[in-house]
Amino acid sequence: MQTFRASITIMLRKAILDVQGKTVEHSLHSIGFENLTDVHIGKHVMLHVQADSRDAALAQVNDACKKLIANPVMEDYEIELTEVEAAGAGA
Amino acid sequence: MKYGVVVFPGSNCDHDALYSTAHHAGAESVALWHKETSLPEGLDAIILPGGFSYGDYLRSGAIASKSPLVKEVVKFAQNGGYVIGICNGFQVLTETGLLPGALGKNRDLKFVCKDVFLRVENAEAAFTNTMKKGDILSIGIAHGEGNYVASDDDIKSLEDNDQVVFRYCDQTGAVTDASNPNGSINNIAGIVNKQGNVLGMMPHPERACDALLGSADGLHIFRSLAQAVAAV
Repeated sequence: MQTFRASITIMLRKAILDVQGKTVEHSLHSIGFENLTDVHIGKHVMLHVQADSRDAALAQVNDACKKLIANPVMEDYEIELTEVEAAGAGA
Repeated sequence: MKYGVVVFPGSNCDHDALYSTAHHAGAESVALWHKETSLPEGLDAIILPGGFSYGDYLRSGAIASKSPLVKEVVKFAQNGGYVIGICNGFQVLTETGLLPGALGKNRDLKFVCKDVFLRVENAEAAFTNTMKKGDILSIGIAHGEGNYVASDDDIKSLEDNDQVVFRYCDQTGAVTDASNPNGSINNIAGIVNKQGNVLGMMPHPERACDALLGSADGLHIFRSLAQAVAAV
């Protein structure tokens, strides 16, 4: 078994009005950051996953995203996986 | 008529639901702890009440939708049992997939707590059979995430099948953008599933069961359901 660190970014789908993003954008403009546009606010979830392979790890996290971590009606998500080095490995 | 009201950590309208269904609607009502793994015998309907189950962690209703008793509620609904999800309960129902769509943040980002008008769009439902199409109800809302969204296909299917039961309107019954408190698509305030036995609504009928408290219009929903149950 290998351990992977999954970093999941969850954003509202394009069709859903991101009211938080819009509000922050307005506020940024009001304090002089006129060049900052297209602000979007999402969520970031990090977790460890144990699996026999990278593909198997990705499949588990993907399944978890569909079932709980994200709501596919409103949200899109992206998963980044990095292998965590096992303690004492290679000794 | 016997109701079960599911209590989650963070529910805050469970006692209102228990009181209104028992005291005002004349039903028997029992509280059901969310960690139970089976439902008591003889329930006619289950209410998922308002509140902030699990502190709205992750998304409102998401964690509650996975709790042990909700699995049983889903089976109960799939077998034709009546289920009403109010406010946070509506959010839980969309998270279980019993109802389509989802509830996003209110259009203006504010928590809105006020009385609103609802137009009855479908008076054939088990929850509305004592009303007439076009009737106007005054019932309060209290939520920050009641902005109903769904895919274009789901919206079309809801509209085509008369599953939109209540729409936000003004006091004359006109469905306008100004009377839409949260930005919901097509002013949707309440929907039923295709089979018609599951109702989700953001307004709080259990808080509108006593004229002394401003409105007794919510009682029509519980009376309708009692009639539907009695007719079986």
